[in-house]
Amino acid sequence: MASPVIASGSGTGPDPAGADTGPAGGAIEALGRRRLVLRRFLRNRLSAAGGVVLVLLFAMAFLGPLFYPWDHRTQDDLALLTPPSPEHWFGTTKLGEDLFAQCMRGLQKSLLIGLLVAIISTALAAVVGAAAGYFGRATDRSLMWLVDLLLVLPSFLVVAILSPAFRGGSWLLLVVLLAAFQWMITARIVRGMTLSLREREYVKAARFMGMAPWPIIRRHILPNMASLLIIDATINVGTAITAETALSFFGFGIQPPDISLGTLIYNGTESALTFSWLFLFPAALLVTTVLAVNFLGDGLRDALDPTSLRGRRRD
Amino acid sequence: MLEVRDLEVSFPSEAGRVAAVRGLSFDVGAGEVLGIVGESGSGKSVSALATMGLLPPQARIGGSIRFHGTELLGKSDVALSRIRGRRIAMVFQDPLSALTPIFTVGDQVAEALRVHDPKLAKKAAAERAVDLLDLVGIPHARARSASFPHEFSGGMRQRVVIAMAIANDPDLIIADEPTTALDVTVQAQVLDVLKTAQEITGAGIVLITHDLGVVAGVADRLMVMYAGRAVEQGAVDEVFGHPRMPYTLGLLGSVPRLDATEKRPLVPIEGQPPPMTDLPPGCPFTLRCPMAVERCSAEEPALEVVGPGPGGPEPHRSACWRSGDIERVEHDVAGAGADTAATLFGVRAPAPGAAGTDGRPDRPVVLDVVDLVKHYPVTTGSVFRRRVGTVHAVDGISFDIREGEVLGLVGESGCGKTTTLMEILGLEPPMGGRIVVLGSDVAGLGRRARVAVRRDLQVVFQDPVASLDPRLPVGDVIGEPLEVHGVARPQIRRRVAELLDLVGLRPDHANRYPAEFSGGQRQRIGIARALALEPKVLILDEPVSALDVSIRAGVINLLEDLRARLGLAFLFVAHDLSVVRHVADRVAVMYLGKIVEIGAVDRVFAAPSHPYTQALLSAIPIPDPAVERRRERILLRGDLPSPADPPSGCRFRTRCPLFVELDESRRRRCVTEEPPRAAVGSGHEAACHFAHAREVV
Repeated sequence: MASPVIASGSGTGPDPAGADTGPAGGAIEALGRRRLVLRRFLRNRLSAAGGVVLVLLFAMAFLGPLFYPWDHRTQDDLALLTPPSPEHWFGTTKLGEDLFAQCMRGLQKSLLIGLLVAIISTALAAVVGAAAGYFGRATDRSLMWLVDLLLVLPSFLVVAILSPAFRGGSWLLLVVLLAAFQWMITARIVRGMTLSLREREYVKAARFMGMAPWPIIRRHILPNMASLLIIDATINVGTAITAETALSFFGFGIQPPDISLGTLIYNGTESALTFSWLFLFPAALLVTTVLAVNFLGDGLRDALDPTSLRGRRRD
Repeated sequence: MLEVRDLEVSFPSEAGRVAAVRGLSFDVGAGEVLGIVGESGSGKSVSALATMGLLPPQARIGGSIRFHGTELLGKSDVALSRIRGRRIAMVFQDPLSALTPIFTVGDQVAEALRVHDPKLAKKAAAERAVDLLDLVGIPHARARSASFPHEFSGGMRQRVVIAMAIANDPDLIIADEPTTALDVTVQAQVLDVLKTAQEITGAGIVLITHDLGVVAGVADRLMVMYAGRAVEQGAVDEVFGHPRMPYTLGLLGSVPRLDATEKRPLVPIEGQPPPMTDLPPGCPFTLRCPMAVERCSAEEPALEVVGPGPGGPEPHRSACWRSGDIERVEHDVAGAGADTAATLFGVRAPAPGAAGTDGRPDRPVVLDVVDLVKHYPVTTGSVFRRRVGTVHAVDGISFDIREGEVLGLVGESGCGKTTTLMEILGLEPPMGGRIVVLGSDVAGLGRRARVAVRRDLQVVFQDPVASLDPRLPVGDVIGEPLEVHGVARPQIRRRVAELLDLVGLRPDHANRYPAEFSGGQRQRIGIARALALEPKVLILDEPVSALDVSIRAGVINLLEDLRARLGLAFLFVAHDLSVVRHVADRVAVMYLGKIVEIGAVDRVFAAPSHPYTQALLSAIPIPDPAVERRRERILLRGDLPSPADPPSGCRFRTRCPLFVELDESRRRRCVTEEPPRAAVGSGHEAACHFAHAREVV
């Protein structure tokens, strides 16, 4: 049954729907659609690898410490600044803390921040953009005015200035701050797409059957830009991790005793040439994470977009 | 002159190789018009592009294309460029994208000349360009040659494209759906220009179209394509008169005829063309064919001679194992006065119309529109908006629809049909006039009452692709109105299954996505959604114009059937008058925001009284070469005036053929006084000072 499904998904020819499949067609077909996307996605080996790496990173960050004898605060007074060894996989710091445990702790934080910021900012962009585009008039003008205002504010400076005020507060505040400055451009794109989607006949049909605006947005507008939103979210993960790292590097953001990859890299820079493992391991983890997410995002975009040539089979 | 032999074209795709053209052979002689008809995807455009050497590089081409004895296939692009545009010219479907927006039309025509004749002086080329533009009927050619394409209407642009095509006096013109994007009256003009162009250049023309009517009037020979092959070939009269392939028969039977005096059943061809990858052996039409026998699915028939051409050198060929049987049936039914196609496809006569126009005054009015006005402001400036004008989209139109009745609303694009629909569907108080739906005036509706009215007023849109949310399974699409109006889930599920059955789909289709259905099936889904709440009035916005010919008939039959069974009233908007004649009880003709003629279909089509209706009717080609040749066209001059600045008095006077013949004092009346709608017969009204009936069909 694979071939008709592929044919219909890629739009190459009219598929005689209803020729052969029985009542179970629904489940099979839905699976078929997903399988088509998956197939296109897997064709792009780099992005599939990105996905696998990301899952591994999560598993390592959250499960690794459970099986590892050291935690990120315990100091091993017998091993100060030792290079990587079977006992301390990534080596130790000058206080004798285990770098692997610290990296995992930092990775936990960075991954969480990345994901949360991505989800919050994309959701915010979707809601604001769709509302502005769908309702138009005053709603549109005031929301877009807000977007433009936030766009011209130098977000890094604002976060940097505000973060001492939140000192001692939870790192969740940082998530909120980062998310608050990351949604505007997407919101503008969403608004533009909404403007064209709301003129589509199926949206009109919904309106003429008496459906209220928010259900229309939820049911018809947002699902039709799902690919944009998914991709935006994956890209935002990388952006958020980088922004947090940058902030923490400059001493804002995550503050000691808490750890993120950014603070680890900051601490490691001065000894990057002498005790290179202090810098190399957290930096490598950061680069791996961001690259994995970006490859994943690329692949998703190509797989979801039926017009993309990269997912297509070559002759 | 042009000899195509065993042409094969295939493209790579996700599902495997798509064999777009499979062994196509045809000839075109000098001064001859060859019509190629077929549904979308039958390979007609691809073969034209192959002839021009314009296929994308990933296409694999085989066979031979000889032009004046020279082989074109395998020639380099540079070598082909010397032939393209000079010896073989092409007219594309979309005149907007065929012209470069940043050059004036005069420059573009001159460029077409200078590309092939670099020695030609700029000035001489410009002069010749003006002549050419004049030749294709562009008024004030000298002045207009300095205009840009966007300043031209679609019909004018297509004239420019034709001017470019004939600029170098080509031997062959390939016209790929040259009139599909145009309105009927403009189509008539453009076909006329194409004929003139052919007479002047003596070129052979390959006319590719899906409209059998267009071919009937223009072509000498006809080739019917299906699934990448020619399935029938021959002289036009022969193929139209004695089709020998069920597909051709079906195509001819599926078109509603403007000149049909009684309601003839339309022949729907069930199913869709096969996917062009991995074609099974045998005739590709087998699955849709009513006459298929075992042999059909085993072996693909070749084009065989089935009859002589009438005096011509070309015999009538058809690719069907059962041509002989078709001939026998044709012979049998000819005596009984029945239709060959209807007999073969087993179509029963349509159910008698629910109500028709009998006893009209006694039935309650379900939709009443009185003096409806909708103007749009034209503004300029972005900071300080100034109103610089008004678009009179709808300017005081009145009509009513009674229970169980179908009103066809026709007119060219830009006449205000869609605006009227949107005003009615919006259920907002109109700018002027009144809209009364089922007895309740829209202006006085509260929020809740408005939602209640929506239950009884549903809509089917034109584009079956755009009107269904691609991300919702069909069951959810159809159940959506029920959900909105608070119907319980189990009940929705039951009703969805019922509705799918009603429109001829299977209940298990509910679990699929719209993309998995063909255009015709999608339109059925749209109809099922509209019927979900059991409305009393259904508004149909060009419901079949986006569908392929063979599928159209099925949807029209479905609509007729539903109306008879459910007693619905339709407001049927269309630009195709033949469809309206077939479906509607009454018809209203719109021109520039006004209704110029309204009345019972039979009366209006038999005795149109407004000159615009007459022109509109005469512009519609009839798929019968014999009738078509005898007909006299009323050609309208120019294009639709801008609705932002409608002419004074009678709005049609600038294009009116009658106005030209009037004397000065009568003309003054047309200029100064707007004609009111006056009765010219029972229930038949026309808005013309000098209305007189004229037979044009």
